[in-house]
Amino acid sequence: MDVAFIIETIIKIVVLLLVFSALAGFGTYFERKVLAFMQRRLGPMHVGPYGLLQIAADGVKLFTKEDIIPQNVVAPIFKIAPVITAATAFMAAAAIPFLPEFTLFGYTVRPIISDVNIGVLYVVGVMAIGLYGPLLGGMASANKWSLISAARAASVFISYEVVTGLALLSPIMLVGSLSLIDMNNYQSDGWMVWSQPVAFVLFVIAAFAETGRTPFHLIANDHEIIDGFGTEYSGMRWGLFFIGEYANMFFISFLTALIFLGGFGDGSFLGALALLGKVAFLFFFFLWTRAAWPDVRPDQLMWLCWKVLMPIAIINIVVTGFVVMFKG
Amino acid sequence: MSIEQFQDRNIGTQNYFTVDIEDYPVTGMEKFRRVVRRTFRGELFVGLWVVLREMFRFDIHTVQYPKEKLPIGPRYRAIHEMQRLWESGTERCIGCGLCEKICISDCIRMDTRIDENSRKEVTEYSINLGRCIFCGYCAEVCPELAIVHGGEYENASEQRAHFTLYEDMLTPVEEAIAQKQKEFPGFGAVTPYEDERVKKTPLAY
Repeated sequence: MDVAFIIETIIKIVVLLLVFSALAGFGTYFERKVLAFMQRRLGPMHVGPYGLLQIAADGVKLFTKEDIIPQNVVAPIFKIAPVITAATAFMAAAAIPFLPEFTLFGYTVRPIISDVNIGVLYVVGVMAIGLYGPLLGGMASANKWSLISAARAASVFISYEVVTGLALLSPIMLVGSLSLIDMNNYQSDGWMVWSQPVAFVLFVIAAFAETGRTPFHLIANDHEIIDGFGTEYSGMRWGLFFIGEYANMFFISFLTALIFLGGFGDGSFLGALALLGKVAFLFFFFLWTRAAWPDVRPDQLMWLCWKVLMPIAIINIVVTGFVVMFKG
Repeated sequence: MSIEQFQDRNIGTQNYFTVDIEDYPVTGMEKFRRVVRRTFRGELFVGLWVVLREMFRFDIHTVQYPKEKLPIGPRYRAIHEMQRLWESGTERCIGCGLCEKICISDCIRMDTRIDENSRKEVTEYSINLGRCIFCGYCAEVCPELAIVHGGEYENASEQRAHFTLYEDMLTPVEEAIAQKQKEFPGFGAVTPYEDERVKKTPLAY
């Protein structure tokens, strides 16, 4: 392991952290604007032109706000929980190729931190550890809303891990590799969504549950359990939960685009643009559904997972298995 | 939606209808069929389309409040104003004390004296806006149309129990003489049809 590799990796990590922390901020701005336009409002307008500096204002507010540790909380766990959410979200990004290979000043850059041979498994597994953020934060908060939220987080995340895993299994069977770059290259003659439409739909539904977005926004459901696990948090600790959530949305959009929607194609400049476009659309879709759809109840969510999605996923795997076996 | 629809208070004549609610499914098969029907009817996409259409139509209804303000009705009851007589500019208030008497939240206080022309003069007059509920009784009871409600509704203050003094409410003399004082069309004001509506005092009996 030479020095150049270590320096390159560190630079990649710093760039990724900076870019996606900033994107999380811009994500909040876009979310507020898109939701506002869909509801015939204007959204943030006062800070800067068209409210563009709202992100800076929010950042200043979050960083300078008092960090309150309430009296009866379990302080060490309470303090570490937001870090788990943000850290696992960014750790999961290590195996995601964000762009195709490109050459910069005669130096070939591979915009993936580590192309491990268990790529998808690693990403999905580390994202699943993110469960401990809401779970520990909610349980340590000494607040009943947070406790309800922690219980929901545990049930929802564990249930939908099953669906995510089973939905991804059939594309993996077709590709024969867990590396996301291999998955991308496999789709050079046709997107995975055409050969695995059921898996695609299941994966998108599970992605909404995993990121806790609106149709399944039960973990921090503002109108019934205040902010759930985030109720007792203030300042930047709460902000870390937020960054984790938005980073997760971006990373799962990348994952969906890479596995099902053809990724960056042949790796040309247009392919890279196409990947970013697909990710942007998927992120927009997250916001779009928030404006359009109502939330489901927790019991309906469990019903959907165990009685509908999981059987469909298993049938899909069996059918895929037969197809792979007989077609070779 | 236009303002006329909101102002239409004739409940019986509007297009109300009872929502048709179908029976809840009982057996497992019925429940299954409902799930299938709801899943494949594509209602979720209708919702997506509606919000997307609104986004592209960009028919924004936001009023950016401090920069834009909605017009308020002429009978709006905001901070009180004290009117003067036209041309002469004399104060209309005759110090009768009716407003003080009728005020149900007891927020008007006044003090009067007889001046050198044997005319009653108001020496002290204040309204405690921390207590005032803006019911409009003072304006309605005033025989001289002296105390009225203006349109100034931005009355945020550092002091909750802020007193409004007579001088603050009184129309400046120059304004009254220049006939720029806005006549009050609200509570207790003379309507355009007053001659037809007011009947003569029946002195015959």
